[in-house]
Amino acid sequence: MERHFDAELKELHKEILNLGALAEEAIFKSIEALKNRDKAAAQGVVDTDNRIDELELAVDERCIDLIARYQPLASDLRFITTGMKLNAELERIADLAVDICQRVLELVDKPLLKPLIDIPKLSAVAQKMVHDAIDSFIKKDVDLAKKVILSDSEADQLRNLVQEELVNDYMARDSSTASRAMPLLLIARHLERICDHATNIAEDVVYMVEAKVVKHHRQDLD
Amino acid sequence: MAKIITKNLNLWYGDFQALKDINSSFEDKKITAIIGPSGCGKSTLLRVFDRMNDLIEGVHTKGEVFIDDENILGANTDLVLLRKKVGMVFQRPNPFPFSIYENIVFGVKIHNPINRYELDEIVEQSLKSVLLWDDLKDRLSDSALDLSLEQKQKLCIARLIAVKPDILLMDEPCSALDPQATQRIEELMRELKNNYTIIIVTHNMQQAARVSDDTGFMLLGELIEFAKTEDIFTKPKDKRTEDYITGRYG
Repeated sequence: MERHFDAELKELHKEILNLGALAEEAIFKSIEALKNRDKAAAQGVVDTDNRIDELELAVDERCIDLIARYQPLASDLRFITTGMKLNAELERIADLAVDICQRVLELVDKPLLKPLIDIPKLSAVAQKMVHDAIDSFIKKDVDLAKKVILSDSEADQLRNLVQEELVNDYMARDSSTASRAMPLLLIARHLERICDHATNIAEDVVYMVEAKVVKHHRQDLD
Repeated sequence: MAKIITKNLNLWYGDFQALKDINSSFEDKKITAIIGPSGCGKSTLLRVFDRMNDLIEGVHTKGEVFIDDENILGANTDLVLLRKKVGMVFQRPNPFPFSIYENIVFGVKIHNPINRYELDEIVEQSLKSVLLWDDLKDRLSDSALDLSLEQKQKLCIARLIAVKPDILLMDEPCSALDPQATQRIEELMRELKNNYTIIIVTHNMQQAARVSDDTGFMLLGELIEFAKTEDIFTKPKDKRTEDYITGRYG
């Protein structure tokens, strides 16, 4: 039986997808700005973040409104609570894209410390994880969500590689490189945090679809 | 610990089978809610536990229902004692057309002829346990029919408590009450579960979710799912339960 509530849930779904698309776009643009050392593109991401903040508030308000008016249960309840969590995760992802752009703005006027090798690899992992996490939500695809969760360790490894190289090969040998190495170190950290948020989204999707809590219970993924 | 256990319980009204192979276990000093659409058999199941269905012509049952390890469907069951042990609260409060005092002592006098002082004590304790004593202690001789709906329903619960039952069956006990009165009855139920096993039949899903420890979902005479309330309302296992509690049934 089609319920009026279903139309409201579809609207919420649409808003979350919209937020997801904006967050993905922010990551993509921030990484492009880094690769191309593009000041204007970096500033553009910083300037448009308020649109994402406004959408986050609207999604939150809709979720609270739906809970208050419909007292949802079972899969409806799981969908709305997951929607609230995704909302916060996506907004944080967009904030981290802004953080990356701020580091890019610090770097662009300085000579390049070193050719970027592992950071582009890490950014590719982050983009894919966010894309797949959102996709798993759209398709209610638990297998895809589990793949996202399992790829988080790859992001950690890449972040460690970047960190070791910048600290041991540059900052420890020549402290004057710190002003150029630190922003890169932070970018790696921001990218790794984006992967953590993608992992959280994927864990929430597993809960939404299967009512199974895998957060902090990785052993229950199978 | 289980207070009531049903084993392969079947019940027919003439040719119509109202309960089909019900296997369930109701925990002692817990609140269990039974939910399901109209005609699913939930009130019939409730009325098995105090053998109220016996009053309906053409009813026959098969299977077993154990209360404290005694099969109450047996031919030797003392129905007066059973109904002392298992009290029922109905949808609309039904006080006797007597005084408040007489309503409470009516059942006590049947089961146990005792003196006036003991009866006074029982009246006070029963009214206190349903949080009515402070309001009614100075008007015990007033007619029970003059009370508010909420007070009448609480009085009916007090009337049961007076005969010291173990189990309270509640069939839509709040459906005639406004939201504030409903909230107060629910608070009372939470108090009462410290001493009694409570089974409530309700159409109000939010009420079942709020007050019960366990919930059973019935459909067309079958007990489809029985689980912890938090599990039923967040992650039901059966699609039919999911459809019913999310309003997709029908």
